[in-house]
Amino acid sequence: MSQAPPPLGTPVLRHEGREKVTGTARYAAEHTPPGCLYGWPVPATLARGRVDAIRAQEALALPGVHAVLTHDNAPRLKEPDDPVLAVLQNDRVPHRGWPVALVVADTPEGARAGAEALRITYETAGHDVLLGEDHPGLYIPETVNGGYPAVRERGDIERAFATAPVQIDATYTIGALHNHPMEPHATTAQWDEGGHLTVYDSSQGSTKVRDSLATAFGIRPQQITAVSEHVGGGFGSKGTPRPQAVLAAMAARHTGRPVKIALPRRQMPAVTGHRAPTVQHVRLGADLDGTLTAVGHEIITHTSTVKEFVEQAAVPARIMYGSATSRTAHRVVALDVPSPSWMRAPGEAPGMYALESAMDELASALGMDPVELRIRNDPANEPDSGRAFSSRGLAACLEKGAARFGWYDRDPRPAIREEGPLLLGTGVAAATYPVYIAPSSASAHAAPDGSYRIRVNATDIGTGARTVLAQIAADALGAPLENVRIDIGSSDLPDAPLAGGSSGTASWGWSVHKACTLLRRQTGERTGPVPADGLTVTADTQQETAEESPYARHAFGAHFAEVAVHSRTGEVRLRRMLGVFAAGRILNSRTARSQFIGGMTMGVGMALTEASTMDPVFGDFTESDLASYHVPACADVPEIEAHWIDEEDPHLNPMGSKGIGEIGIVGAAAAVGNAVRHATGIRLRSLPLTPDTLLPYLL
Amino acid sequence: MKPFAYLRARSADEAVRESSSRPGAVFLGGGTNLVDLMKLGVEAPELLIDISRLPLDRVADTADGGLRIGATVRNSDLAAHPAVRTRYPALSQALLSGASGQLRNTATTGGNLLQRTRCPYFQDTSKPCNKREPGTGCPARDSAQRDLAVLGHSEHCVATHPSDLAVALSALDADVQLHGPDGGRTVSAAAFHRLPGDTPDRDTEIRPGELITDVVLPPRPHGAASLYRKARDRASFAFALASVAAVLSVRAGRIEHAALAFGGLAHRPWRAWAAEDVLRGAPATDETFARAVDAELAAARPLRENAFKVGLARNLAVDALAELAADS
Repeated sequence: MSQAPPPLGTPVLRHEGREKVTGTARYAAEHTPPGCLYGWPVPATLARGRVDAIRAQEALALPGVHAVLTHDNAPRLKEPDDPVLAVLQNDRVPHRGWPVALVVADTPEGARAGAEALRITYETAGHDVLLGEDHPGLYIPETVNGGYPAVRERGDIERAFATAPVQIDATYTIGALHNHPMEPHATTAQWDEGGHLTVYDSSQGSTKVRDSLATAFGIRPQQITAVSEHVGGGFGSKGTPRPQAVLAAMAARHTGRPVKIALPRRQMPAVTGHRAPTVQHVRLGADLDGTLTAVGHEIITHTSTVKEFVEQAAVPARIMYGSATSRTAHRVVALDVPSPSWMRAPGEAPGMYALESAMDELASALGMDPVELRIRNDPANEPDSGRAFSSRGLAACLEKGAARFGWYDRDPRPAIREEGPLLLGTGVAAATYPVYIAPSSASAHAAPDGSYRIRVNATDIGTGARTVLAQIAADALGAPLENVRIDIGSSDLPDAPLAGGSSGTASWGWSVHKACTLLRRQTGERTGPVPADGLTVTADTQQETAEESPYARHAFGAHFAEVAVHSRTGEVRLRRMLGVFAAGRILNSRTARSQFIGGMTMGVGMALTEASTMDPVFGDFTESDLASYHVPACADVPEIEAHWIDEEDPHLNPMGSKGIGEIGIVGAAAAVGNAVRHATGIRLRSLPLTPDTLLPYLL
Repeated sequence: MKPFAYLRARSADEAVRESSSRPGAVFLGGGTNLVDLMKLGVEAPELLIDISRLPLDRVADTADGGLRIGATVRNSDLAAHPAVRTRYPALSQALLSGASGQLRNTATTGGNLLQRTRCPYFQDTSKPCNKREPGTGCPARDSAQRDLAVLGHSEHCVATHPSDLAVALSALDADVQLHGPDGGRTVSAAAFHRLPGDTPDRDTEIRPGELITDVVLPPRPHGAASLYRKARDRASFAFALASVAAVLSVRAGRIEHAALAFGGLAHRPWRAWAAEDVLRGAPATDETFARAVDAELAAARPLRENAFKVGLARNLAVDALAELAADS
């Protein structure tokens, strides 16, 4: 009976795959307690000002409308841990789309009709929504997202740059980008008679949801159960609870009935975060042999007036390449715009677009192969900190990728490969993403029948968390996989961090590994059978994760892309793409590949199709649905491959893994942009590369 | 969403009768645009008259060698129809370049022609729009307008018509057959859609109560070939930045028949009459094609962000004509 667990890395099928494809897996909006009402948030229709009055009589007179919550009558909150959750607390409108009311009705349609019947008047103040390099409000923040210092300097970069024989001095811009997970944000909330709140929330971490709601409502975390059983993507936008969770809980308290809110797609850009636009000034100085002597990466970005969030786009330049001098700096301006937040690889995704495009420009200026240039500047230690890398597989990824892709046959000359009206080209770019880890707890229970039950409040946002955690548990227990049952997705389970920062598997997995290892030791030391009520071990990794590693720990990767640019229309289409990643030990090759190619696909969208316009007149994002905000369609991603190198890194966690959820997007846009330059000879420094941007140079 | 009544029409007569006698009635075909607009609050009909099950779902040859297409023929079926593929490839290509497979399976021929602009201001009821609410203004002019019109727009509206199908029908000299309270009438596809002028709320020449029953294609002109080309932001499921439908026949190096229509440039499919005047009888050379297209696009008045459309449309059209000439 006792077969060995599958070795880590095995392409085990997703645990919940069948439930998902047959529609029985239930998402947050699919929980409908008896008596459930529906809420429709009402977005502000001005970019800055105050609510003068909300007249709700007509709305309340509509059949089925139960309540209209506004700042006049909504439950008072304590100060939330995230200011975007302080909804309906005062009359201030900080940006267009900020919720100013919630209509609650028997049906979603009734709630929407009620929302349309509200008569809202505003006091309008002038708004300021456009990011510009000369904006007088730009300032240097204390820290940027991730807690990194806003500015770092090493050596005299001005002098080193001025005297460098080869210089690149270029500015790259990326507009706002939107997470737009397939499943819109949704919450079903219910208070019971004892004052216990249950929320089904589409979230990347229900422990975090529980704690944030406890703070906002001034109750103990134990009075809340937050459930996120199945989640249809988040890409960072569900890393923290969003206003619909607070609104649903408020409305449920106000009406004494369960209340469900599913955000309509069009409301998402204003209230679920976005990747802030960046203007990135990169300076690279190099010797004639390609050795970097100066690396400057200085960015500006926006935040809202609600909170400070600073996209840490200049941070990856502190890690990537050796250079005697460096300056990496961020400035930000608070505008009357929706609050930016995490979007897949915040910092790295936009920052590496600029840095890796500049590296390509440098390679061209030097007449050097861009793979070789990167390997030439591969540092022994982390440039910014001087710490040794726990492992650094960048060169291996570049070399393996180049060989697999057929890079070495490439003629570096631009604009010479024609296929009818098409211009073909290839490009390369590097990727990096830091190793994050957060404390987690888990319990492991052994039953007399030889089965095991693992409990940890991990969240599966589509990554395969259940599956890989079961693999980790089986491996640590030395038990067959089918004997391991895994419970995740509820804050009643042992506390665990959110699925974010590509840290989920490492953080949860470590606590699962620890609990299972302890349990195995206990059962091994026992004489006699497991007692009738089983054995349970609970473990947490507070101590292990608190120790700061003496090593610089990052995943690395390399992207290779081939594009065809239509010389007469400016249309860019990806031909093929290949990524190679060095991310420690890969724990499940099937789900890992899916994450890598998902990230790469999102990077293709960033490069070619995803465009968002900040409307200067109205102060909102113009492209607010999936018909106008163009994420790649299947036809845009014809051939995409992900590979990895076997990386043994003993300085990570017991599984030896690095995070893989985000690195796939990092550098992908630069590889595509560099391929477009190789195809056409045109260096565009602004994304996305849509026909309107390329055509003026092709005509 | 406002409550509405639903009626499944049993005949075209009944549909027209009910539509004429009940205020706020609209026809429901595939619903791929109408239902979206109802959800957005842009459309708020009192009554939906479902015409999707009327016996208007046939494609049949006409006595003179043309093709009659029922108004409820689904876009997928029409694109795959052998007669369309062989005799009117521009039509099949236009259909297949639009929307997604799922939408094409649902969308109808008549409904496709009556879809509304995707101008973001039209679709957002919190903002002014002369097309949605006449007299409120057109903010698109000063805001996001990369996708909007370069030809035939007015101070009141800079929207574009989103249909690919309509562009092909215009170039193919199709007729739209209407059935109304006063009987039937025919409007040419090229004249079916309107320019905005000072009444941008009216997209087409259709009158209250009128139902599209058929689209009729004339026989293919002798020796003529056709094609449809579309440029867009992504490889599938995106509206045209610019598109072109072209029909051409060449005999002994001279152009006998030429028809050209643009999509994505104007409030209606833009039939390029001026270009056709240059083309007809002229030698089928690249120089002629460029001169013809330039003659047409001289009328373009691009907005701040969409001047690229003029060059894009020019390239599409010149290349389409050259491709057809090379194949003839």
